[in-house]
Amino acid sequence: MKTETRREHFQPSSMIGKLLRKLHIDIPLFLCLFLTALLSFVILYSSGGQDMGVLLRQGARVGLAFLLMTALAQVNPMQFKRYSAILFGIGIFLLLAVLIMGQIGKGAQRWLDLGFFRFQPSEMIKITTPMMVAWYLAEHHLPPRPKQVLIAGVLIILPTLLIAKQPDLGTAILVASAGAAVLFFAGLSYWFIGAIIGLIGASTPVIWHLMHDYQRDRVRTFLNPEADPLGRGYHIIQSKIAIGSGGIYGKGWLGSTQSELEFLPESSTDFIFAVYAEEFGLFGCFGLLALYMLIIARSLYIASQARDSYNRLLASSLAFTFFVYVFVNIGMVIGILPVVGVPLPLISYGGTSIVTLLSGFGILMSIHTHQKFSIA
Amino acid sequence: MDPVFSIKNDQAENFLFLRRIFAALVFIVLMSTGLVVRLIYLQIVGHEHYATLSKENSVKLTPLPPNRGIIYDRNGKILAENKPSYRLELIPEQIKDMDDTLARLQKLFDLPDEKIEQFHKQRKREKRFNSIALLPAMSDEELAKFAVSMPFFPGVEIKTHQVRHYPYDDLASHVVGYVGRINEAELKQLPMPEYEGATHIGKLGIERTYEAQLHGKTGYAEIETNVQGRSLNTINEVKPVPGANIYLSLDIDLQKTAYDALDFYNGAVVAIEVKTGGVLVFASRPGFDPNPFVVGISGEAYKALNESENQPLYNRALRGLYPPGSTIKPFVALAGLEYDKIRAPQSLYCPGYYSLPGVDHKYRDWRKGGHGSVDVVRAITESCDVYFYRLAQMLGIQRMHDFLQQFGFGEKTGIDLFGETSGLLPSPAWKQAKKKQKWYEGETLISGIGQGYHQVSPVQLARATATLANHGAVVSPYLVDKIVTPQGVLKGPEKHGEVIPMKADHLDSIFAGMINVVHSGAGTAKRIGYGIPYQIAGKTGTAQVFGIKQGAKYNESEIDFKLRDNALFIAFAPADDPKIAVAVVVEHGGHGGSVAAPIAGKVIKQYLQNLHEN
Repeated sequence: MKTETRREHFQPSSMIGKLLRKLHIDIPLFLCLFLTALLSFVILYSSGGQDMGVLLRQGARVGLAFLLMTALAQVNPMQFKRYSAILFGIGIFLLLAVLIMGQIGKGAQRWLDLGFFRFQPSEMIKITTPMMVAWYLAEHHLPPRPKQVLIAGVLIILPTLLIAKQPDLGTAILVASAGAAVLFFAGLSYWFIGAIIGLIGASTPVIWHLMHDYQRDRVRTFLNPEADPLGRGYHIIQSKIAIGSGGIYGKGWLGSTQSELEFLPESSTDFIFAVYAEEFGLFGCFGLLALYMLIIARSLYIASQARDSYNRLLASSLAFTFFVYVFVNIGMVIGILPVVGVPLPLISYGGTSIVTLLSGFGILMSIHTHQKFSIA
Repeated sequence: MDPVFSIKNDQAENFLFLRRIFAALVFIVLMSTGLVVRLIYLQIVGHEHYATLSKENSVKLTPLPPNRGIIYDRNGKILAENKPSYRLELIPEQIKDMDDTLARLQKLFDLPDEKIEQFHKQRKREKRFNSIALLPAMSDEELAKFAVSMPFFPGVEIKTHQVRHYPYDDLASHVVGYVGRINEAELKQLPMPEYEGATHIGKLGIERTYEAQLHGKTGYAEIETNVQGRSLNTINEVKPVPGANIYLSLDIDLQKTAYDALDFYNGAVVAIEVKTGGVLVFASRPGFDPNPFVVGISGEAYKALNESENQPLYNRALRGLYPPGSTIKPFVALAGLEYDKIRAPQSLYCPGYYSLPGVDHKYRDWRKGGHGSVDVVRAITESCDVYFYRLAQMLGIQRMHDFLQQFGFGEKTGIDLFGETSGLLPSPAWKQAKKKQKWYEGETLISGIGQGYHQVSPVQLARATATLANHGAVVSPYLVDKIVTPQGVLKGPEKHGEVIPMKADHLDSIFAGMINVVHSGAGTAKRIGYGIPYQIAGKTGTAQVFGIKQGAKYNESEIDFKLRDNALFIAFAPADDPKIAVAVVVEHGGHGGSVAAPIAGKVIKQYLQNLHEN
């Protein structure tokens, strides 16, 4: 299998290319991620009020994230498989710890303060949940039997509820969809999927009842933002104004008035897409979507090339979750989804999300670059 | 696990997995299409709408009030101007310890606690970065005090703004008027883009009549603001257009002469340029200082003005109504000549009283022994009442009314000031309509000497005098000579009034009688006629404030000042080529010749001397 040609046709012409290959880096994926990260600096410079400090801080985080990605790419995927259950267990334990500490202290608690940096267990669980489900399902024959689906369902719902309880609806959705994606790629029958969707639809009133007031408000606001233009609808209205006023060509870099003049809240974090759309217009949006599509396509390709069930399921789930990330964030910013706290992947200001995301891509690269050895 | 079974299964699994990947791709493409459709909707279909909202979000229009036009007199002396005023303002955002700062300021300026409370109230309403006034108008002393300690007051600053100022105080307050704060009723009526940001509006006098011209055009600045409303920078500025400067026909020096000459009396002086109708003097005494009205007069001060016995707020020249008394006589005499009831050489015997046939009542002459034989000239010169009783009887009230009406009696002059009264020129029709009574002949008689129902305002009397001096060409008085805008000079429309038909020799007789009033030994105002190289034509008037009982004797010195007669005088000069016409009313002045005539004399002499010198 050393004469595997599908990868050989990609001949890096430079030393850097050779180095990257030695480091188990998938070059197309790396290029796309790197481009997106660069674009993130361009947007952050504008949305962050042209503050070099913001770029430096974010630069450090992105650098760390890329290092972590590279490190994970060195690990043989067999190791991920081996430690899936343990990592998942640690994640659940940490979530419980955070929850209990949150009840001792007051209000929402998502962090574990480790002194030199603050660690969010819900970020880790975003990866360990699909790992766990993939590991569990790969142990059995695919497609999964009802019993396995049931157990997998519990494995998914447990962290989801713990995170939703924090409360962090955005992350809960991402964790749930990461787990659900594994089930889907494992071949869960479409009948079953239809039944689940029907069940969720029927239980909507129950979910509504269990939601926090502010979460209900978000849904209400999403359904009718104009009803409360200066209150809860403010985010959505202002972001729609920002995007719409950008038009086809945009107002140009640093030309965003909505964020520049502080009309748009959270313009560097969850709502950064609005700033981007205002400055770079519809063409800019197409460009960014294309970049994301390339990343997703490459990730799915990697998944399709994987030989091992665990690797396939994990890789495809990571790829699909990345899309959910993109869709939920852009969807809420452009007003077709309720506002949930999901950052724009690889672009939004903040370290945790980019570290998790690039960790995921590190695993993807590991899966792609190690399989010849694993099979040999 | 069984490897054979496992491999077989692997192929099935592989196939299933690839199909799922494909399904996921389809799903992703579909969902992404949703995003793209929504983006197209927002950025192409809704672009215009959102672009407008974005502009409205960030751009605030701030009005820039224009500088108000300046009011000058005919010689370019400033009657109303804009002076800088200094206001002490605090910016809460920049003050670390507000209580400490306020305490120190209170000590520095010796402020009452109410001011501090007021400040706190205002502060609650304003945003932290907006400045709030603590002292609205600082005196020079306060300015100096603060200038020294300014470094110890970060966040406290002095702001300059324009305040209307009237340098002549009470001298021309009734003409120039004043501006005051816009009240709510006015706010509703003001044309809004033009008056955006305006705080004051003309309330009285020229300031009110010519508000539209004086105000100018409000400009505006498009200021980019952030979400809290803090101004960031000015994007675009449309400069305000300053108001037009207004030049009055008024001569403020002449006005001062007239005002001073009224001295302690209440009264009015109106002088008109005969050829043009331009008002030279429009004095009403007492006046008032209009300056407190600009910054907001205190309740007490206003009450004091409003309730003062002398009624300083009352524009006597415009609104005061007085019986014309004997000043009506030249006009009645002219009526007699024109209607051919009398002829110039004809004489009439005056025994000192006049009676209607079959009526016991004696209509007395002011000279107890009578004037003897008088012709029309002498009747005017000596102001013979009996002559005019007789003449009035011959003319009848209707003819008298019709003739006098041509001179503008009983009508508004149309001068460019608000609140003019029309006075009253009596007629049987009027009496029937108003009093539901028939006209008595005795009332005709006393109308002939300007008593009874007849009421004139000083400006009306001055206008009639000017019309007479102008040989019957009706004079329309006006105050504003020209309006100077940045685009050019606007002159008031040259009014060519109608000419009252009258024979020249009739007018000569009237003029002769009026010249003799000032220049003959028998004249009632002879004291003012000495030592001038031209002749003044005048007529005195003494109008009863209350009726004297039959047989009682009127003794000036014995009765209360408030009950003394009003003294009147009308005059024009030079008699051969009239340039100025004056009407003087002195309330409770006693006799017209001794009190009112000297005032007119001073005004005429000063005016003609200036005219001669220039």
